Amino acid sequence: MLSAEEWGIVALSLKVGGLAVLATLPLAFVIAWALARYRFPGRMLVDALVHLPLVLPPVVTGWLLLIAFGPLGPIGGWLERWFGVTLMFRWTGAALAAAIMALPLMVRAMRLSIEGIDRRLEGAARTLGAGRWHAFRTISLPLALPGILAALVLGFARSIGEFGATITFVSNIPGETRTLPLAIYSALQVPGGEAMVTRLALLSVALSLGALLASEWLVRRSHVGRRAHDD
Amino acid sequence: MWDGARMTIEIDVEKRRGDRMIAARFTAGPGLTALFGPSGAGKTSILDMVAGLLRPDRGHIRIGDRTLFDAATDLPPEARRIGYVFQDGRLFPHKRVRANLTYGHELAPTANRWMTLDEAVGFLGIDHLLGRWPQSLSGGEAQRVAIGRALLAGPDILLMDEPLASLDAARRGDIMAVIERIRDDLKLPILYVSHDRAEVDRLATSVVAIGE
Repeated sequence: MLSAEEWGIVALSLKVGGLAVLATLPLAFVIAWALARYRFPGRMLVDALVHLPLVLPPVVTGWLLLIAFGPLGPIGGWLERWFGVTLMFRWTGAALAAAIMALPLMVRAMRLSIEGIDRRLEGAARTLGAGRWHAFRTISLPLALPGILAALVLGFARSIGEFGATITFVSNIPGETRTLPLAIYSALQVPGGEAMVTRLALLSVALSLGALLASEWLVRRSHVGRRAHDD
Repeated sequence: MWDGARMTIEIDVEKRRGDRMIAARFTAGPGLTALFGPSGAGKTSILDMVAGLLRPDRGHIRIGDRTLFDAATDLPPEARRIGYVFQDGRLFPHKRVRANLTYGHELAPTANRWMTLDEAVGFLGIDHLLGRWPQSLSGGEAQRVAIGRALLAGPDILLMDEPLASLDAARRGDIMAVIERIRDDLKLPILYVSHDRAEVDRLATSVVAIGE
């Protein structure tokens, strides 16, 4: 049904989205945990910065990435000098752009589920002989799991759909940075590309819908467990 | 099974919470010591301080020859060997009854355990509940499991915070009988918080009045 070129686009999209969410997950969890559990100076600022990509025009996010991670940028130059790593115009750069755009969604999903955990359960675990870390591992983390999975799914869907920041930061290079939305955009510019647009668009709808349903299901599952506990 | 008959509990704590001052000083011997007083008098806070979930501003807490808290000592909850039965049971919702029961048992050093899973299950009559999820338990069943979970961790004493509060009259009688057997057969010292006169009259070996 799909041509080899189109399969390549799908594979690249999955690769970019996968790297984006897996690399972002630990950071997003730490931020979500800190925002849910602690009052610290600069908390509002962290909260605002995390959410910035949600409201900023994506092209601005892409431009900021270009400035920071370009070969002359403070971070990009440093990466290039010390590790020989370049992100601009690479698929890894597309993953970075997708990760930044997915971060707010992932933090929100996890934060909600962390805030929903009854902290007194951790106290109960402590009186039963569990140290802080053991209580976290055996009580809090499993109870936050549905939120973590929902964050992964939502973040992945968001990553696969990323357009503005990606095309600004890493351009639209076939086989390297041309993910699904960029391929659809390119096909639209080509006479006779409508069939390809249709196929890729349907694929996008299917992927996004699947992700939404999956995350909805996960969130519902977590609520069932919690409500039953409150009784 | 357990010789707690000579264990004394010495408590002298103060804690400011907002504009309220919570203070308690008493020595509890064997048997069930009821902390009796109106709701909101800080009885639960006293149990929380004994358990290590709330830090006193000053004072000391000793059980037998072990100091849990004083100016130089502040043992974390997991090192205090205190069983805590909460008002709401507070079972782990993501673990079945069996896993709830064994949670503390598996963490306790073998030398500290004085009851096996089979003994606890028999003592509390909860054999038929082992495979169930906490959310499917009735109030009385959940409270039995919570008691079993606390006993299996091998505690030196048991703290009970209004364990009958959410139960109907029939279940109250059941659980009171269980508590009497913990007091008389297991001889485990119990600190018991209540605002119910009848409960205290039936269960308490000695009473400490907490209030304004």
